[in-house]
Amino acid sequence: MNNNQNPYVERILNGIIKENPTFILVLGMCPTLAVTTSATNAIGMGLSTLAVLILSNMIISALRNIIPDNVRMPAYIVVIASLVTVVELLMKAYFPAVYHALGLYIPLIVVNCIIFGRAEAYAAKTTPLMAAADGLGMGLGFSVALLLIGACREILGSGTLFGLKVLPAAYEPIAIFIKAPGAFIILGILIAILNGLNIQNNSSKKVEGCDGDCMGCGSSKGCSKEKKEV
Amino acid sequence: MSELVLIIIGAALVNNVVLSQFYGLCSFLGVSRQTKTAAGMGAAVVFVITIASAVASLLYDFVLVPLNLEFLETIVFILVIAGLVQFVEMYLKKFRPALYESLGVFLPLITTNCAVLGAALKNVKDGYNFSQSVASGFGTAVGYMIAIVVLAGIRERMEDNTIAKPFQGMPVVLFTAALMAIAFNGFTGLI
Repeated sequence: MNNNQNPYVERILNGIIKENPTFILVLGMCPTLAVTTSATNAIGMGLSTLAVLILSNMIISALRNIIPDNVRMPAYIVVIASLVTVVELLMKAYFPAVYHALGLYIPLIVVNCIIFGRAEAYAAKTTPLMAAADGLGMGLGFSVALLLIGACREILGSGTLFGLKVLPAAYEPIAIFIKAPGAFIILGILIAILNGLNIQNNSSKKVEGCDGDCMGCGSSKGCSKEKKEV
Repeated sequence: MSELVLIIIGAALVNNVVLSQFYGLCSFLGVSRQTKTAAGMGAAVVFVITIASAVASLLYDFVLVPLNLEFLETIVFILVIAGLVQFVEMYLKKFRPALYESLGVFLPLITTNCAVLGAALKNVKDGYNFSQSVASGFGTAVGYMIAIVVLAGIRERMEDNTIAKPFQGMPVVLFTAALMAIAFNGFTGLI
């Protein structure tokens, strides 16, 4: 193993594999399950979140010495919400089909816990470049996870991938996989497979945010707040 | 009046916020270990979503639309919700200490609960007026509470069961949620 790799590369790989936001940290569940009815939608959501995540990490990290500690949450909210609005308007103008398919889930990127969690746990403590690398890694990890779930659901649920027919006509699509219950089932199976592969070397199963018990959208914020107040 | 009742039932059961819309999933999966905490979280969400829907609807109709600033809805709503949660927390702490004891810890968790922002944005998108927004917000929140309390009840029962190692933790909870989602599909014919 090469332990002396470039710290930026390490950050990016960390986000994709070791601390994959979806499969390991189990953050940002709402868009993960809601928009993965097809691989195309999954990529659209993954890339929008990636863009917001890199920029918000960079801006928050650049402002980390200016923002007073007491008002950091509202400040983060304003930064993230502005970026999301920009992404939303850009998508509406250039990718109207994806925009309509994703619907309300684009503005809801604002409350994606991954973005808050990374701002709080990482970006606020490091240089803008490192924060950007972290955002890139986390964003890619999220996109890969969404694509995986989206592809599974699209293949099983409608027999297509990116809208192209991949399974023989004899295959009867199992419609439940593109409906709500299928999302839960596919994610459950994927996490169980990863758990199964990981069970021998039970490493790196900790969450940076707060004490490893930070599953809720709110938790990443709530925990830090509670800690501060105690 | 019957229209409002239909909106409430539709939002609570037919289009259940968690099981068919996927809003507020994180806290649904994260805070559902015990029925007691789940009920507390659910009550706090009912409280906040109802007020947030009312405030967001008023702001949208009387501030954003007249100023042609509809595209700022996301920023405005999330700030309003964050401020509102903070305010509700302070009010309860000062004037309703008993209620604060039971709901207080959950309030900070709610700002980033996508169900709140989702409900506010959905009301605007569906063109609901003030009373319809409040009804839909209340229904959404009640749906959230039903789902989280039922899931917590099932998880408490599963506590002592032997579960294959890879499926322990999150996967089995997700399968439970999947079965609940299938069950809630049955409400589709209700309206």
